[in-house]
Amino acid sequence: MAWETVIGLEVHVELATKSKIFCSCTTEFGGEPNTHVCPVCSGLPGVLPTLNESVVEFAVKTGLATNCEITRFNKFDRKNYFYPDLPKAYQVSQLYLPICRNGHVDIEVNGTKKSIGIHEIHMEEDAGKLVHDPWEDSTLVDYNRCGVPLLEIVSEPDFRNADEVIAYLEKLRETLIYLGVSDCKMQEGSMRADVNLSVRPVGQTEFGTRTEMKNINSFKAISRAIVYEAKRQIEQIEMGKKVLQETRRWDENKDATYAMRSKENAQDYRYFPEPDLLPIEISEEWIERAKAEMPETAAQKRERYVKELGLTEYDARVLTAERALALLFESASDICKEPKEVCNLITGELMRLISESGTSADRIDIDPEKMARIITLTVKGRINRNAEKEVFEALFRENIEPEQYIKEKGLMMLEDDDLVNDTVDRVLSENPKSVEDFKNGKEKAFGFLVGQTMRALKGKANPQTVNKILREKLGSM
Amino acid sequence: MTIDNKLIEYLEELSRLRLTEEEKEKAKADLSSIINYVDKLNELDTENTEAMSHPFDYTNNFRKDEAGSSFDRELILMNAPQKKNGCFRVPKTVE
Ligand SMILES: [Zn+2]
Repeated sequence: MAWETVIGLEVHVELATKSKIFCSCTTEFGGEPNTHVCPVCSGLPGVLPTLNESVVEFAVKTGLATNCEITRFNKFDRKNYFYPDLPKAYQVSQLYLPICRNGHVDIEVNGTKKSIGIHEIHMEEDAGKLVHDPWEDSTLVDYNRCGVPLLEIVSEPDFRNADEVIAYLEKLRETLIYLGVSDCKMQEGSMRADVNLSVRPVGQTEFGTRTEMKNINSFKAISRAIVYEAKRQIEQIEMGKKVLQETRRWDENKDATYAMRSKENAQDYRYFPEPDLLPIEISEEWIERAKAEMPETAAQKRERYVKELGLTEYDARVLTAERALALLFESASDICKEPKEVCNLITGELMRLISESGTSADRIDIDPEKMARIITLTVKGRINRNAEKEVFEALFRENIEPEQYIKEKGLMMLEDDDLVNDTVDRVLSENPKSVEDFKNGKEKAFGFLVGQTMRALKGKANPQTVNKILREKLGSM
Repeated sequence: MTIDNKLIEYLEELSRLRLTEEEKEKAKADLSSIINYVDKLNELDTENTEAMSHPFDYTNNFRKDEAGSSFDRELILMNAPQKKNGCFRVPKTVE
């Protein structure tokens, strides 16, 4: 029998706000355990939450970018469950009136276009982190992440295979990063995906029983988990067994999913309207303002780089693969007006330096103004290509002042025509045979004389100047 | 809605509470009277009435997105029955 896989995704992204959703604790990743915690986010009795305005702004922008309708009258609801990662014993979320609904994200897989429906997007708070302590067989709780704002983006069950899922996640990731609403780092947990999957015979309209796989932490693992889980469900059914509706965990090491211990009643969240937070009204003006503030998407940037700045499709793709690179490219190009030069330096030298130093593009800290100055010096012939690379590497590693570095290292090209004159005179008198050869029409001899002069000047003369002076002197000999 | 032993046990489970037989009987009586009281509302026709979640006619109470200082960890962990390595320590829950 031929089977069809049906997949829906729930993607959680942590928003790139400075502070948490209901208190002013920082959202910074990686602090010492429980150092980004206050009475509000640790759920002490008597405290009141106050909503971070940026969370609503980011949600509206995300909704607009995914073609959603924006809910004008919003409320928060309490999702009650008892688990130590949630000190209040409830999560503030949105059930009845999610902020965005009925959107879509368009993807392309192997040349085929497809529209993936967005059922809804809602705002909520993240939970704390639980770490198993193997020494005492207990659990340790860190609430730094508790109260970090999240968007949950719920798709329609529109995916039919892992490739579509990955294409969607990549598109979503790129969209959110360029919107500036999230950094979407799977490895740091700022983007997480729950995969709902079922199978049915091809042609059947009703859905099969689905399982849910939670918090798989890389695109590659998601892809493998989907392939595995679809195969497992088909095998179950073909063996005459039933697929159970359950939550399964993907085990990266064993390359398999297994059922998590079912917590009976765990699904009874007893939602009710959150009484501690007032409703949110999103006006027409607010939406218009958000629309006006929507930054260029990666796709729009690629098109502009090719059409207006004359880059190749390939280069435009490399530059926009990381927002940090695209922004560096744009700032440096704006200053020096040499987009192709900036592009070459980024796609060549900078990519090499990033991979050699084991860092990532979003962690680099290069002053675009200094980068532009290095390029201007190169274009004007004040330093040569090798020097450009050397100075840029020093800028990458130590944030040097380009002009000062060039001076200290003696990388500046000679502007002293007298010195070039004298050197040419000396080279000509030391190489009478080559002069003779040149006079007899051997162009190769000219190249040799240029080489000798450049060598005598330690490569710091402008080759065009050397060429010009040599031709003049040879012509009058 | 009747509050029977089954419901009480279910609520115990959800709230991770253990009640004595005596407490269960008391909870049954209390919850029944609360439900009866609220049931009065069902006598009203609320067909065209919006559900009210707040008594205040006020919306958009926001904070600017500015990070401030958090509490000292010592203070945060002060009430923890058990702690270790700067964390709250609880019975094993991670599967
Ligand atoms: Zn806090």
